[in-house]
Amino acid sequence: RYLSHVSVVLTMDTMNPNVKRVEYAVRGPIVQRAVQIERELKMGIKKPFTEVIRANIGDCHAMGQKPITFFRQVLALCSYPDLLEDGKFPEDAKSRARRILQACGGGSLGAYSTSQGIEMIRQDIARYIERRDGGITCDPDNIYLSTGASDAIVTMLKLLVSGEGMSRTGVMISIPQYPLYSATLAELGAVQISYYLDEDNCWSLDISELRRALQEAKKHCSPRALCIINPGNPTGQVQSRQCIEGVIRFAAAEKLFLMADEVYQDNVYADGCKFHSFKKVLFEMGLEYSEKVELASFHSTSKCYMGECGFRGGYMEVVNLDPEVKVQLTKLVSVRLCPPVPGQALLDVVVNPPQPDEPSYDTFIKERTDTLATLAEKANMTQEILNQVPGIKCNPVQGAMYTFPRIHLPPKAILEAKEKEQTPDMFYCMKLLEETGICLVPGSGFGQRDGTYHFRMTILPPKEKLKIVLAKIKEFHQHFMAQYS
Amino acid sequence: VKGPSVEKCGQMRFITAEAKASAGRLEGKLREKTLTLDTLNPQVKAVEYAVRGPIVIKAGEIERYLEEGGTKPFSEVIKANIGDAHAMGQKPITFLRQVVALCTFPELMDSPSFPEDAKRRARRILQGCGGHSLGSYSASPGVECIRKDIAAYIEQRDEGVPSDWENVYLTTGASDGIMTILRLLVSGKDSSRTGVMIPIPQYPLYSAAISEMDAVQVNYYLDEDNCWALDINELHRSYQAAKQHCQPRVICIINPGNPTGQVQSKKCIEEVLHFAYEENLFVMSDEVYQDNVYAPDCQFHSFKKVLYEMGPEYFNSVELVSFHSTSKGYTGECGFRGGYMEVINMDPEVKAQMVKLLSVRLCPPLAGQAAMDVIVNPPQPEEHTFKQFHQEKSSVLGALAEKAKLTEKILNAVPGIKCNPVQGAMYAFPRIFIPPKAVEEAKALGMQPDMLYCLRLLEETGICVVPGSGFGQKDGTYHFRMTILPSIEKLKVLLGKVRDFHIGFLKEYSGLE
Repeated sequence: RYLSHVSVVLTMDTMNPNVKRVEYAVRGPIVQRAVQIERELKMGIKKPFTEVIRANIGDCHAMGQKPITFFRQVLALCSYPDLLEDGKFPEDAKSRARRILQACGGGSLGAYSTSQGIEMIRQDIARYIERRDGGITCDPDNIYLSTGASDAIVTMLKLLVSGEGMSRTGVMISIPQYPLYSATLAELGAVQISYYLDEDNCWSLDISELRRALQEAKKHCSPRALCIINPGNPTGQVQSRQCIEGVIRFAAAEKLFLMADEVYQDNVYADGCKFHSFKKVLFEMGLEYSEKVELASFHSTSKCYMGECGFRGGYMEVVNLDPEVKVQLTKLVSVRLCPPVPGQALLDVVVNPPQPDEPSYDTFIKERTDTLATLAEKANMTQEILNQVPGIKCNPVQGAMYTFPRIHLPPKAILEAKEKEQTPDMFYCMKLLEETGICLVPGSGFGQRDGTYHFRMTILPPKEKLKIVLAKIKEFHQHFMAQYS
Repeated sequence: VKGPSVEKCGQMRFITAEAKASAGRLEGKLREKTLTLDTLNPQVKAVEYAVRGPIVIKAGEIERYLEEGGTKPFSEVIKANIGDAHAMGQKPITFLRQVVALCTFPELMDSPSFPEDAKRRARRILQGCGGHSLGSYSASPGVECIRKDIAAYIEQRDEGVPSDWENVYLTTGASDGIMTILRLLVSGKDSSRTGVMIPIPQYPLYSAAISEMDAVQVNYYLDEDNCWALDINELHRSYQAAKQHCQPRVICIINPGNPTGQVQSKKCIEEVLHFAYEENLFVMSDEVYQDNVYAPDCQFHSFKKVLYEMGPEYFNSVELVSFHSTSKGYTGECGFRGGYMEVINMDPEVKAQMVKLLSVRLCPPLAGQAAMDVIVNPPQPEEHTFKQFHQEKSSVLGALAEKAKLTEKILNAVPGIKCNPVQGAMYAFPRIFIPPKAVEEAKALGMQPDMLYCLRLLEETGICVVPGSGFGQKDGTYHFRMTILPSIEKLKVLLGKVRDFHIGFLKEYSGLE
């Protein structure tokens, strides 16, 4: 028999070249090594430590944070409505579950929803946003539920990317940034326009830096969008109101589509810091801005006090979107049918939590307060301890869930890293991992000014464990400095 | 013309809501916004997805009108456009929901109203989750023990053909996995641009993805006169024609078929695999309806099993990805967005790239992963919960088989409608005769004849089905896709209305009045 089969179809050469350019450090090489080490430990191989501590990813429950009881009760009721007869569930949970199920096809979480998300839930979200923003109107039709915030961010970026050569879409992103943005721009073949946050000024946004980046970019692409993460990831800064106004003015003047990633909006710890939603500030700046600036704001169930990453719940609110574009957006999301309905249900309870007159209120408030207070405590502790280490300088963790300290690396270490073909902070983090089992993400995965090095660590491990982690980092760093000076 | 040409099998771009919106555009008006139809990603503009397209939008408008008290010749809209079983009254499988509830709220482990079998599975799933919570991200390919369970299920289904759990990737519905694989495959420029072979008719996720990624759509026609079978000669024809203007790299098959419902014979599958082997094609087999086989003379054969039985030369070389989902079968859990893919013979470096891509989106929803676990790990005969589970499963599948048969029978009794046997899946895709006068009227209105037909059907009966042009069909033929999901009573009423409408439509446009 003549067998004509010659070669493999899908190889590194024939595959989509844009995919090869994608990098996502949060789950990148260092995490792969961490997983390998965990396997080795399981097999009984001896290490200088007994467990790997995954301080690389903003996964609260994995680090011991407990879910909010009320939310899980409602979700359980929605999943298995027989429980509506169970006396152990509070009436306020049951009434919410019934309401959600009534809005689902066939009264089941298993039905597809409309592609934009269950209408009743979008209405609830709109009311939540109105309450949050002091009464500024929110149209439920401008809400799109999504599979985590990441999904909606990618969708918007897909819409924005067009043109070729000089007219290719440029998207401004902060350095450092959450690498979903850089990864998506790489895959879409869009132009990444980096604007540097000001490390010496608590990672604040400097408008003159935005201007610099934009002017430079205009020479080789068509800047169309500006992305901002507030509170910041990995940097944790909470932007001031003036800053946000400045960004809006800039976006208006330069005709940039604004993308405001606000998934950490409930994670604000520092005194004197306050979350200001881009939408609210936009509308308070008057019609000149609120009628013109195109804005998409993103939120999620994964962070804040819920930490429900696994449910992949999220939404975006679009403001001033061209109506024809909106039709296209709706069409695009329809191909994927709908976001997971349990995640939609969860979002509904998040924006519709127990009220003071309801039976579940006290427990709910306590759980929420405790969770946020613990995070604030850990944010403070982390910053304090790291700042005591010579060679580590940590900006205040004003919000979010991470610390992004600057580490000073001796030239000898930098050299050795180069020989190993690793970025210096990857070299540092790999050594830290091998010697202590602590998994962090090198700053190079998020972006940083040339010649500076950082790592991102979550503040999520339980307090006692966190103290140990920080102590080990301190010890490691001192040892590292000694070894390489 | 910029970029590679796209075969559209004679489809006209029909007027959609977009046209309505753009009717307000003034020529030469100074554009104020940054993101407009002009600056929008042109590939997004090219995307069409009929299953939720213009006719469904229209149905939604009518529903709202009825809700607000408007009158129509009917009291409700029947959405027979989408494979959403629960929305049409099918009940979830009790056991599956018990496990999900236990995973969601583990305090229920203390409740006597949950069977031990369910608790055991829930405990196992939670043990595989970070912090023992469904709220943790899982590893990007999915929870390890669930991947292992899926591999065991596949091995059992395929009567011992080995399945490596590391080749199993959980996904957000099968659609997610399909798009991920296509993203990997699309490369090249102009005549080396990736061509993707898809069946006509097809489930329009494929054409939409091809449009979005600016790949080249390569149509191969299923044989309507032969129960929508796949004809190897047609594959050859299509491939040869495509080679002129693109680089065909992948062939997609849906088995059981959507919208056509055919269950491919083993021989046919062998021929496809041999063809893929000879012509160096990556194979994507969409098997989400594998549990929906109704015709007694039909059987589901997984592509992987057939490949294995063709011997090591094939089994060790043909690159194959198979897809499954929680949305169909007998569970109908669309809303959970559960799914998986099994990846065979993928280049290890490419696989690493794929894993990297998956990692950017973190992980598929945990509730969907849990649902998938129950599907591959259902109650066994020796377990207490088996009896009820088996009863519910049989009941659902029995009802679907009954409805498949009923639908085929009733539609075939209508003059001017010819319906192939609904061997599997969840749809009927009957061929409808549309009189020339109606075809002309449609053309004058700038729409596909079967869209005109379906819009009229919707307006007169409230029944929402999807025109065949949304799935693709041979030039000059017209079809619609309807689901067989409404309850049997409702289905009978629905089919009666379709019959009455069709007869009326024929009368109206044949000029015999």
